[in-house]
Amino acid sequence: MFDTLTDKLGVAFKHLTAKGRLTAEDVEAGLREVRLALLEADVNYKVAREFVERVRDRAVGADVLQSLTPGQQVIKLVFGELVELLGGEDQALSYSPEPPTVVLLVGLQGAGKTTTAVKLSLLVRGEGHRPALVAADLRRSAAVEQLQILAAEHQVPVLVPETGRGLAHGVAAAVQAARRQGHDVVLVDTSGRLHLDQPLMDELAEIRSAVRVHHSLLVVDAMTGQEAVRVAGSFKEQVGVDGIILTKLDGDARGGAALSMRAAIGLRVWYCGVGERPRDLEPFHPERMARRILGMGDVLTLIERSQEQISEEEAVSAQERMREGRLTLDDFVTQLRQLRRLGPLESILGLMPGGRELMRAQGSALPGEAELRRLEAIVLSMTPEERRKPETVDSSRRRRIARGSGTTPAEVSRLIKGFEQMRSMMKGLSGAGGRRRLAQELLKTPRGRTPLIGG
Amino acid sequence: MSDPGGGRRPRWWRRLPRRLDRLGSGLGHQLRARLAHGAVDAATLEEIFELLVASDCGAPMAEELVQGLRERAERERLRAPAELLAGLRSEMESKLGGRNRELRLGGTPGVWLVAGVNGSGKTTTVAKLAARIKAQGLTPLVAAGDTFRAAAQDQLRRLVEPLGVDVVGHRPGADPAAVVYDAMEAARARRRDLVLVDTAGRLHTKDNLMQELAKVRRVIAASIPDQPEESLLVLDAYVGANALAQARAFSEVIGATGVVLTKLDGSARGGYVFQVERELDLPVKLVGTGEGSDDLDDFDPAAYVSALLADEAV
Repeated sequence: MFDTLTDKLGVAFKHLTAKGRLTAEDVEAGLREVRLALLEADVNYKVAREFVERVRDRAVGADVLQSLTPGQQVIKLVFGELVELLGGEDQALSYSPEPPTVVLLVGLQGAGKTTTAVKLSLLVRGEGHRPALVAADLRRSAAVEQLQILAAEHQVPVLVPETGRGLAHGVAAAVQAARRQGHDVVLVDTSGRLHLDQPLMDELAEIRSAVRVHHSLLVVDAMTGQEAVRVAGSFKEQVGVDGIILTKLDGDARGGAALSMRAAIGLRVWYCGVGERPRDLEPFHPERMARRILGMGDVLTLIERSQEQISEEEAVSAQERMREGRLTLDDFVTQLRQLRRLGPLESILGLMPGGRELMRAQGSALPGEAELRRLEAIVLSMTPEERRKPETVDSSRRRRIARGSGTTPAEVSRLIKGFEQMRSMMKGLSGAGGRRRLAQELLKTPRGRTPLIGG
Repeated sequence: MSDPGGGRRPRWWRRLPRRLDRLGSGLGHQLRARLAHGAVDAATLEEIFELLVASDCGAPMAEELVQGLRERAERERLRAPAELLAGLRSEMESKLGGRNRELRLGGTPGVWLVAGVNGSGKTTTVAKLAARIKAQGLTPLVAAGDTFRAAAQDQLRRLVEPLGVDVVGHRPGADPAAVVYDAMEAARARRRDLVLVDTAGRLHTKDNLMQELAKVRRVIAASIPDQPEESLLVLDAYVGANALAQARAFSEVIGATGVVLTKLDGSARGGYVFQVERELDLPVKLVGTGEGSDDLDDFDPAAYVSALLADEAV
């Protein structure tokens, strides 16, 4: 299935990158698209709203509108904010100096607690410990058997609490038994329950007061929607939760819930389940998650590449001349070279959200490497005087330039005409305006308009 | 027009609003407060949009509903909060209107296939369906098609055998298609009315597992004409935008005929059903509302919308 989020951001950033110069309204429209994309990724609606407000504030503060590449600046701001939201130090289980370390797994029905308990026990064993499992889900039929079968496949012992004196008492006794048997880590699998179910929430609180729990982890399905924050907040408040294990991340869920947890209730994701095999539990990586939520890892690559390749000075001097209406064809060649340094146009477009769509739509009208070289050759066949004042090029000069560049006089005049139009337009523009538009105009193909990037 | 509850209000609906009110999460609750200020201004519409999003209706559908309300408010000159709320309810009900939500049961035996992602509530739903069919005086038989998850068959047996319903199962790891084939043979031999097929949970992105499911369906179709007459997709109300992706993928593979919306006894509302119904032309037929064997009800759009709006005035 096609990646809808990338599509959506593609639309948003198309607005942002198509015109060199952005108005406040443009930014607003782009930010709305970003917000919708976040919502479609199941980011909590409050978090999404606050997120966009923060990006807007920073965009204004950073004078994005005046910058050379405002669209990219906004994209960078969005990503930066997102990583910040998810980021921070990696969280992992720590082990108590007084064993056993007790880990309580809680969550809604069907979140994946039982499977996760076994996975976590293997991860713990991999870190050199001797884990045992306590099967405290005595409500769902055959949940104990499920845990026993899974655990037995990997030789992890399972203790089943006696409930004669209540579940909490039974769990406490099982933890002590595990300790006596030499286990230094005890993982307690509990029944799935609704956060609204008071008696069952009380039951968890009782377990917590009967057993010294070192880590209480909430198991959350990555596919969870807007309720995720409320559920987690409720568990945190009623039972106490230290971190999140995000399950079923091997599907195509965006996992916006994870982002929301951190922002809304300060809970971080510690681990994530990425498959059905018992080894498929991994530490959580914030940047990877940010990329996943936005589906925009490639855009970053593009931004990094352009930052490497285009020096700030080059860009600034062109901007100044443009503002003063002193733009020359030399500037144009510089632009062309910068563009080509980023790589073939196809690959640049491929890196952009929506770029592939554009390429499909554009088909053969996309100016290829060869076309860019021809344009460059035309300019390079001009005298310095002609490059500064293209209006001096008459028909005999045109023929000379065409011969020199291996093109036709018609191509030469099309380039000059486009350039003059752009220059006159640009005199009216105060800002970074038309760097991109200039290129667009100049790259008109015989078949008509060819927007260069993101048209 | 808008008394969807009345005397025929389903049992599950009676249990919902109180919980929602306790959470203060009811759309209607907040809407009323918002609309009490009077006119439908942009800020109010934005708020309604967010509240719809908060119910997992999805941003595009939320926008559409808000737009619909705006136009309706102009056209019908709606001003009072109650009128606007009724207007929104009409918009929402119209999206869910005109679908046949009846469960088909006519084959000898009939076959109902139940599928969905991990943890959505398939096994529980199969057990509830067995209880429901049994209560109608018919004789169901259950195929334990989840041969992957440890102890899934045990879970199923413990849920349905006390009801006097047979389970046909193989050892763990067996080919689910073979289980289903045997179950159909057994149902014919024992003259059962309906075979309920439980299947292993699978993420819709796992191609090999989806192919396995497609095979189960082919085996059913090849064995009994016009079956399965119901292919039910189980969707968890707590899921967000991903529900749409699930519905698309499963529809394609099992030719879904209906949705079972589970875990509606919690705080989630599964507002994505508006999108799922329209985009995939797939009606929600049943709702799961608890852990008891009879906590399965017919989907009633009007009652559902009222639950979304937490509309105590109804």
